[in-house]
Amino acid sequence: MSEFLYIYRGGVRDIRKQSPEEMQQVMQKWMTWMQGLAEKGHLKDRGHPLEPDGKLVSGTGKNVTDGPYAEKDLVGGFSLIEAKDLSQAAELSKGCPILERGGAVEVRPIMQM
Amino acid sequence: MGPAANLSSGDPVEHLFRHESGRLVAALTRVFGFHNLALAEDVVQDALCRALEVWKHHGMPDNPSAWLLTTAKNHAVDVLRRERTARTFAPELTRLLESEWTFRPTIEAAFGVHAIQDDELRMMFSCVDPRLTEEAQVALILHILCGFSVNEVSNAFLCSAAAAEKRITRAKKVLATAPNLFELAGTQDFRSRLTAVHRALYLLFNEGYHGANSKTAVRVELCREAMRLATLLHEHPLAATPATLALLALMCLHAARMPARVDESGSLSLLPDQDRSQWNKQLIAQGQKLLEDSATGDEVSEYHIEAAIAWCHASAPTARETNWAQIIALYDTLLTIRPSPVIALNRAIAIAQHAGPEAGLTAIQTIAGSERLSTYPFYPMALGELELQCGRHGIACRHFTTALQLARNPTEQRFMESRINACRCRR
Repeated sequence: MSEFLYIYRGGVRDIRKQSPEEMQQVMQKWMTWMQGLAEKGHLKDRGHPLEPDGKLVSGTGKNVTDGPYAEKDLVGGFSLIEAKDLSQAAELSKGCPILERGGAVEVRPIMQM
Repeated sequence: MGPAANLSSGDPVEHLFRHESGRLVAALTRVFGFHNLALAEDVVQDALCRALEVWKHHGMPDNPSAWLLTTAKNHAVDVLRRERTARTFAPELTRLLESEWTFRPTIEAAFGVHAIQDDELRMMFSCVDPRLTEEAQVALILHILCGFSVNEVSNAFLCSAAAAEKRITRAKKVLATAPNLFELAGTQDFRSRLTAVHRALYLLFNEGYHGANSKTAVRVELCREAMRLATLLHEHPLAATPATLALLALMCLHAARMPARVDESGSLSLLPDQDRSQWNKQLIAQGQKLLEDSATGDEVSEYHIEAAIAWCHASAPTARETNWAQIIALYDTLLTIRPSPVIALNRAIAIAQHAGPEAGLTAIQTIAGSERLSTYPFYPMALGELELQCGRHGIACRHFTTALQLARNPTEQRFMESRINACRCRR
């Protein structure tokens, strides 16, 4: 088994315009999906959601700028996954509800020691 | 658990966001003042977004309501501290929120369990502002207290989203001129507001039960919301009047029949044809108890009478063994309280059950204001049904054809088509 990082990008568009019922449905889809991964032993760490704002420190001048970042690239959270190989990890990510809302899952193998 | 729970899957977190949003908007409005309703809604939306993000990773906490409440409270504290020079908040709290000594205790009190229960009820009374039409009052209740988006309100009432938006925006402007949530205790117009709340919840329930919306799921939702809010009235010492009990009894007894109203094939099933074993016995028992408890005081409301009629049906083992004479007498009383051609039509149908189809037809002919039934599909349908029973298939078929043209959704259409076929088979 190898480890992979799921990086959840975008998919937050219009979420604030959803009704409470619709928001709950989105949440329940996520919970069902995560539960499915956990039950099959693929969820190494549920990871965390990230606050939408933050700082960007860049350059030799150590410039500090505020978020926000481009919405479609905004990293909303991450999880740690265990899978046989990269193609299985990618396959497992297809159930992620973020895909229904215009977002994406970046699947990155964790480099082994 | 309230009677509304008997209409749901039994999962306590079902519709959690929807219900919490109503409670929290009410609590925040009390602190922010009615003129900041939009701000209160924003803060609640933020809290729900936060719950969505955190819970999707970590699952729901043990007490999701408390989690949401704390989150909304913390947001509110930020807003109050950040904007206290730029904005005015609830007038009666201004001084308490200005001093650091009283800030925290005031916030903690405002977000206490009992305070929030009161706030939800006070918001309900605020929504039935006499300056608003009944339609606007019901739309506001659905939007603010039941967390329905403008789109969901428009789906519920079969109007365009633009029309719903306009209705809700206008109504909010009227509410924004109120100094704060309606005060329940010691208010002069408490009685008249309570009557208006009853009426709004009754309309909401009826929209779900008899309404033209084709989506069955939405209809059950509306009934469930009406019952949830009526239960809140029932739980409050000031609002639990005999009429409140009778209204909730009526809702329970009607809701009990919901599982049998649409058969396995999705077709409408009328009362005499319903499989009575499918009626919800718990709801019938709750309705009976509430109806008994409502028989105090000297007020006999229309809800008492309607609940009594519903009880006659619910307690009858078959349509034939129903006490139709009593039902007719109850309809007579109801017509004196609330004259309406729809009620008169129901009375005529009861007469037909009691004294035969010819007597029913005669009763229909004497309905006052029957022209107001000209777009009501169940008017020609009742005529068709009775003509069919009299053996006049051709006339019956014409009535059912009219009813088919008036049908408001596929379920009603299918039903009328099956009646037209019945006329042809028996000819």
